[in-house]
Amino acid sequence: MPENQKDSIQLNKTPLDALHRELGAKMVPFAGYDMPVQYPMGVLKEHLHTRTNAGLFDVSHMGQAFLKGDGAVDAFESLVPGDYQIMPVGKTRYTVLLNNKGCIMDDLMATRIDGGLYIVVNAACKDADFAHIKVKTAGKAELEILEDRALLAIQGPKAGEVVARLSPETADMTFMTFAEVTIAGIACFATRSGYSGEDGFEISVPANQATELAKKLLSEPEVEAIGLGARDSLRLEAGLCLYGHDIDTTTTPVEADLKWAINKRRREEKNFPGANIIMDQIENGTERLRVGIKPEGRAPAREGTEIQDNNGNTIGTITSGGFGPSVDGPVAMGYVKTDFSAEGTELKLIVRGKAIAARVVKMPFTPHRYRIKK
Amino acid sequence: MSTIKFTKDHEWVSVDGDVATVGITTYALEQLGDLVFVEVPDAGKSVSVGEEAAVVESVKAASEVYAPVSGEVVEGNQAIADDPAQVSGEAGSDGWFFKIKMSNTSELDGMMNDAEYDEYLGTLD
Repeated sequence: MPENQKDSIQLNKTPLDALHRELGAKMVPFAGYDMPVQYPMGVLKEHLHTRTNAGLFDVSHMGQAFLKGDGAVDAFESLVPGDYQIMPVGKTRYTVLLNNKGCIMDDLMATRIDGGLYIVVNAACKDADFAHIKVKTAGKAELEILEDRALLAIQGPKAGEVVARLSPETADMTFMTFAEVTIAGIACFATRSGYSGEDGFEISVPANQATELAKKLLSEPEVEAIGLGARDSLRLEAGLCLYGHDIDTTTTPVEADLKWAINKRRREEKNFPGANIIMDQIENGTERLRVGIKPEGRAPAREGTEIQDNNGNTIGTITSGGFGPSVDGPVAMGYVKTDFSAEGTELKLIVRGKAIAARVVKMPFTPHRYRIKK
Repeated sequence: MSTIKFTKDHEWVSVDGDVATVGITTYALEQLGDLVFVEVPDAGKSVSVGEEAAVVESVKAASEVYAPVSGEVVEGNQAIADDPAQVSGEAGSDGWFFKIKMSNTSELDGMMNDAEYDEYLGTLD
């Protein structure tokens, strides 16, 4: 690419940009940010390190905000199918922003905090999400976008131990809980959650202290810096959706097999966007469904791969696929016609013109190891 | 004694008589990252210069290995298909992809020698 063209693409930088370069990261554009896709260790080893030790991820490109005010919970509930009234302060829940057709505008984490909610959304959607939330909650709640905070994720079986060493008060936190804590002397918001299927935390930290915190975490012997490449293979093995690939504005949570995110009270009240469509789908089913797919052999079936039945009829498409380092083989997810969604159903994947045998499997591909209770 | 040549597509070509043994260079391997899958052509397949002859996949993406010369595939390297970690950037090593019986050895003329390839690498990035 010519130099002048390079300069014309203005990529945002996270507060950890200099640290990534110091660590020898390979940087790539992602959602308008210059992000580390891998470090010298490489995607495969970074992935395996996270599954056995602890990996540190810079996810500062994601959007963080408070939605505050007496009407915040009610106003937020008008945009999502999650029950937030039932949740105590300090509890986090995954949900989806829905449009009027019941399709998914983004998936996000929202935590009940004193006086409202703390929200974390996807980088690529954050401007649209925040604009939408602001307009739809106007007069009922106040959206405060947290531009001056970085977000770090530490994931892996040793993550809890490492964070507890630097912050004893986090030791008792369980999966999907939130607390304002001090980690290595720095005031942070810690959520015991993540995107790898492993135990760990997402840590929101003031931007000007992010590098200091990252360095302190990296100086612990169990911790290595992990890039977006391994983040993707980790979440795929964990069966977690990637927005813009596995879910988007053409899919509903029922089709995406995220029915569990439509909570009981909300189903009864039927007062979330697209509720008629979604309730009909819950009762009568959908034409297609997101499923886990295990290709036979070694060849990965990537996003966009056509799925056929045994008679050569097209029945769906792979939406995420690649090599699972912990599975030590190819793994994928995609949408198939509902008749073909039962576990064990034989499929054919068309990779470079050849049909590869595959099966519908239960996800996750690697067991979740969240810290469910003390 | 074989002659080693390099292509702009970052392939190494080890020439012995009318047989070219083709692999990918260390530079290519570094760009790809950890390899997880390799597909090599069957013996007897005829290929033209620039045609897709093999597939190499890293954790991140799939890439093609192009035939640097025209001819007939004599052998695909089953060892690297069985274990992609055996792929080697070292020209003339056991980590090759395929051997081609060349139909037109003049196709080698435009390729680079070791020093020229190093110089070419210096112009990248």
